[in-house]
Amino acid sequence: MEAQPRKLGRGLFLVTVAGGLSSLWWGKSLTRAVSAVPFAPGGGWRIYTVAPTMPKFDPATWKLEIGGLVDKPMTLSYDELRALPRTSQIRNFHCVTGWSVSNVHWTGVRLSDLLDRVSPQFSAQGVLFTSAEIPYTDSLTLEQAKLHDVLLAYEMDGKPLPREHGAPVRLVIPEMYGYKNVKWVSRIDLVKQPQDGYWEQLGYDRDAWVGRSNGL
Amino acid sequence: MTRYVRRFTRSERTFHWVNAAFFLYLLATGLVLYLPRLSALFGRRPLIKDLHFWGGIGWVAALAAVALLGDTRGLLRTMRELETLDHRRFNPGQKVNAILNAAITLLFVASGLLLWLGERDTRFRLQNTVTLHDVLMLGALALLAGHLYLAVIHPATRHALRGMTRGTVSEDWARRHHPRWEVPPDPGEGTTTGAART
Repeated sequence: MEAQPRKLGRGLFLVTVAGGLSSLWWGKSLTRAVSAVPFAPGGGWRIYTVAPTMPKFDPATWKLEIGGLVDKPMTLSYDELRALPRTSQIRNFHCVTGWSVSNVHWTGVRLSDLLDRVSPQFSAQGVLFTSAEIPYTDSLTLEQAKLHDVLLAYEMDGKPLPREHGAPVRLVIPEMYGYKNVKWVSRIDLVKQPQDGYWEQLGYDRDAWVGRSNGL
Repeated sequence: MTRYVRRFTRSERTFHWVNAAFFLYLLATGLVLYLPRLSALFGRRPLIKDLHFWGGIGWVAALAAVALLGDTRGLLRTMRELETLDHRRFNPGQKVNAILNAAITLLFVASGLLLWLGERDTRFRLQNTVTLHDVLMLGALALLAGHLYLAVIHPATRHALRGMTRGTVSEDWARRHHPRWEVPPDPGEGTTTGAART
């Protein structure tokens, strides 16, 4: 029974490598299957940052400035922001790198409400968000910024927004990929036109609609 | 008096431990990038990304260096042993572990390079790259858990660890666990047998 043994080991190696590489082209199925695992660490989130340290939130000194091409610039403290009419929504969060988090419960202020309060000038067609995480910025067209589901969220899943998710306030625009959902928002400026933000300068699309941008 | 037989050459052992060291380094830096708690604790994501990426390059380079500067022919012979899943020096389980680790390493390197390139050029951005990299990590961890259990904890098998640290195992153990392994001749009392023939 000393027949030449079959090269099963080599076969196993090749099948594993081929399976792994081909999974890159399986569409979203692999990612969806993995995202569905209920015990994903951190609820399936990954914390992407660009600066050496995360901004620290101090409720006593924190301010949100809204200015630029507006008739009534505004500065809000944390308490003043929280005193504005609030709204909640449950939406999925999608990252351009492929992972998603389902059913995130956001609470905050509708961005369109805030924009109405500052009276944008006629020439303002873009909204520029500046993060306390320098040098992160991003912008939307005024039209995008006024979509009814665009929030400045200060609560996530029923709790104050955690530091790594942008405490105290992040932008939420569920129809666009995560990099448009600026964390640690510290300034909002009405500008003539949207401009390339941090990731857009590195080649990502400015109009980052989920499923309809960045070649996805 | 226990008689010992050579199980792993010095090159095999070096290859194993260099691989283990880089794997643990990449696991540690990778988990900081992957787990939100750790990401928040350490911050400095751009730095840790660089440490992780260059660690991966170092992994491949170090393994290549061991293979080329060490006993290249012997390592190639070992690789050919793994082509079949019969039981001689290694049992099928050990072979499957080694083969899957080799495949996972290759896929780690491929998906890691794509992640790095994708951040610089849209053409390299594929939908599942991050997921593949994560799944590989989970698979590698599962293999590592089983490997550590058998090599360090399980009483019947943990003697095998000696083969990877000192190069030799007791002849008695070898005959019991690998009956069809044609054990190399007794290397004598000295246990640093790798020195004679790397």
